[in-house]
Amino acid sequence: MRLYNLLKIAYTALMRNKMRAMLTMLGIIIGIASVISMVSLGQSSQLSIRESISSTGTNMIMVMRAFRRPGVNIGNDNVQTLKMADCVAIRKGAKNVDLISPTVSSSGQLIRGSKNWPSTIEGVSTEFLTIRKYELESGTNFTEEHINTYAKVCLIGQTVVDNLFEPDENPVGQDIRFGKIPMKVIGVLKEKGQNQMGQDQDDIVIAPYTTVQKRILAIDYLHMITASAVSEEATDAAVAEIESILRAQHRLLPGEDDDFDVRTQAEMLEMMSSVSGFMTILLAAIASISLIVGGIGIMNIMYVTVTERTKEIGLRMSIGAKGRDIMLQFLCESTILSLIGGVIGIILGLVISYVASYLLSWPYVVSQASVALSFVVCAATGIFFGWYPAKKAASLDPINALRYE
Amino acid sequence: MGNDIIIKVENLKRDFVVGSETVRALRGVSFDIRQGEFVSIMGTSGSGKSTLLNILGCLDKPTSGEYYIDGIGISQCSKDKLSVIRNRKIGFVFQSYNLLARTTALENVELPLMYNHNVSSKERHEMAEHALEMVGLSNRRYHMPNQLSGGQQQRVAIARALVNNPVIILADEATGNLDTRTSYEIMTLLQELNLQGKTIAFVTHEPDIACFTSRTVMLRDGHVIKDAPIEPKSAAEALAALPSNEDY
Repeated sequence: MRLYNLLKIAYTALMRNKMRAMLTMLGIIIGIASVISMVSLGQSSQLSIRESISSTGTNMIMVMRAFRRPGVNIGNDNVQTLKMADCVAIRKGAKNVDLISPTVSSSGQLIRGSKNWPSTIEGVSTEFLTIRKYELESGTNFTEEHINTYAKVCLIGQTVVDNLFEPDENPVGQDIRFGKIPMKVIGVLKEKGQNQMGQDQDDIVIAPYTTVQKRILAIDYLHMITASAVSEEATDAAVAEIESILRAQHRLLPGEDDDFDVRTQAEMLEMMSSVSGFMTILLAAIASISLIVGGIGIMNIMYVTVTERTKEIGLRMSIGAKGRDIMLQFLCESTILSLIGGVIGIILGLVISYVASYLLSWPYVVSQASVALSFVVCAATGIFFGWYPAKKAASLDPINALRYE
Repeated sequence: MGNDIIIKVENLKRDFVVGSETVRALRGVSFDIRQGEFVSIMGTSGSGKSTLLNILGCLDKPTSGEYYIDGIGISQCSKDKLSVIRNRKIGFVFQSYNLLARTTALENVELPLMYNHNVSSKERHEMAEHALEMVGLSNRRYHMPNQLSGGQQQRVAIARALVNNPVIILADEATGNLDTRTSYEIMTLLQELNLQGKTIAFVTHEPDIACFTSRTVMLRDGHVIKDAPIEPKSAAEALAALPSNEDY
């Protein structure tokens, strides 16, 4: 009843000056809308970076060869520490490792008829496509049978297709040559674009690792082991498992340096999201300045209102309004202003961020926390910036207020 | 009409300190107002009548002396308590009406009841309707102040003063902004209300308005110089005696 009266009084007072109420609200609307849209867009960009990184697999683990011995560092090219036996041991022993693929690679010229193209051939197992999140556009993946027979088959990426084949040709079933070795194309990979380092992930030839090892490179060691953890969270555990298994495999004594390097995508992800997280905070901070400006706008208008309605305040006091009633009335007005402005601002902010993320083809994220927080901030703004003018109104002397012209 | 004392003023003094000087606006004023009286408080400007009215209206407190309204001594009252007294026991009528702009007559009349929690919104509505009826403006209840004439606005203000059923109506130069005809109309209304038992204190400096009341308290330089019952003229007759307006 009492609150209802207060709200009614405040509402009628605001309605008497619709235009001014709207303009005052506009400050809050802009402030809240910019906070919401900035936070939302910041999170969208974070998510889009995350998605682009996880397109190569966030749970991906790479085991590289490493050379750490005193004396002349001859680089990693001739290091032969990674063997197929390591791969088998990891597959058997590491519970947090989901998929694993030995990797050997060689670069060379791809030739088909009159066309040729320099590319890289990756010798891998059948699980490689899943680990790296490659998908087949046409054809099939190779099989264990192909691996066991060192089959001269390969999968090729879109860039290779574009450079070796006519636009209307179907590459599946065709023969190409890698250097001197003829290989049959049994599958074409879906386009994947650049990775976060700017490398073209479609400029690739994938073949059974045995084929690359025996037929092309004539080696028995591995360049790399590519694996995936069972989940993103399990990556660290998987890395630890891999390290201990490899140390045991390589018979490294405690205190001896690893002769391999384990790398994950997590570091990259962390860096990228910390940058965009910082940007989000920065944008939100700038946006919240406009919210403060909006709040000051409310304060300003409430001051004007109090001065302008001095006589009304005097009248209300003379017919029995207590200082508290007057104060609550003005606080109510400023809070209504900021809350209505806040609600409109939230809606506007959500629309803006929806449109922007649609245009940028980013994922659309609504952070409930930022919406809830904005709402609280609105109410707080109304009360905080309305407090002083309301206090001023409440402390007016009714006699002077009545005589005020 | 009973003889209960509604207002009792005892040796009321009020000083104002302006810079280094002390202005003594009231220098010991005493009088009573009984239930059903229609008192005019007269005086020239500077006589202290506004100061007296502020104290009678519980907007101000005396420097010394005591003022009882309906048996309550106000000098011990807190600000909030004074607000409640104003809300329940006093009805104000101002010279410049002081209606809320862009607010209907009915809502203006309801205003004092808004600050009284004991009145439900339904009761408030009914009481406001009744008060408007008493001043003869039932047909204008949804008009805004700017759609009403000065006299009608003052009637709304009187309805607002009546709505809380106060023990006394304090009118401060209530006819000051009105022409003679409308002034007489307002005085007719006040006389009618007085006949119905309302106690009215009417502050004015115009003798021809004061003559419609039944008692005059004359102030000069902070003292009561005359306090005598008079035979009130009938405002209705005075109104009838006015030359008609049809000649222009």
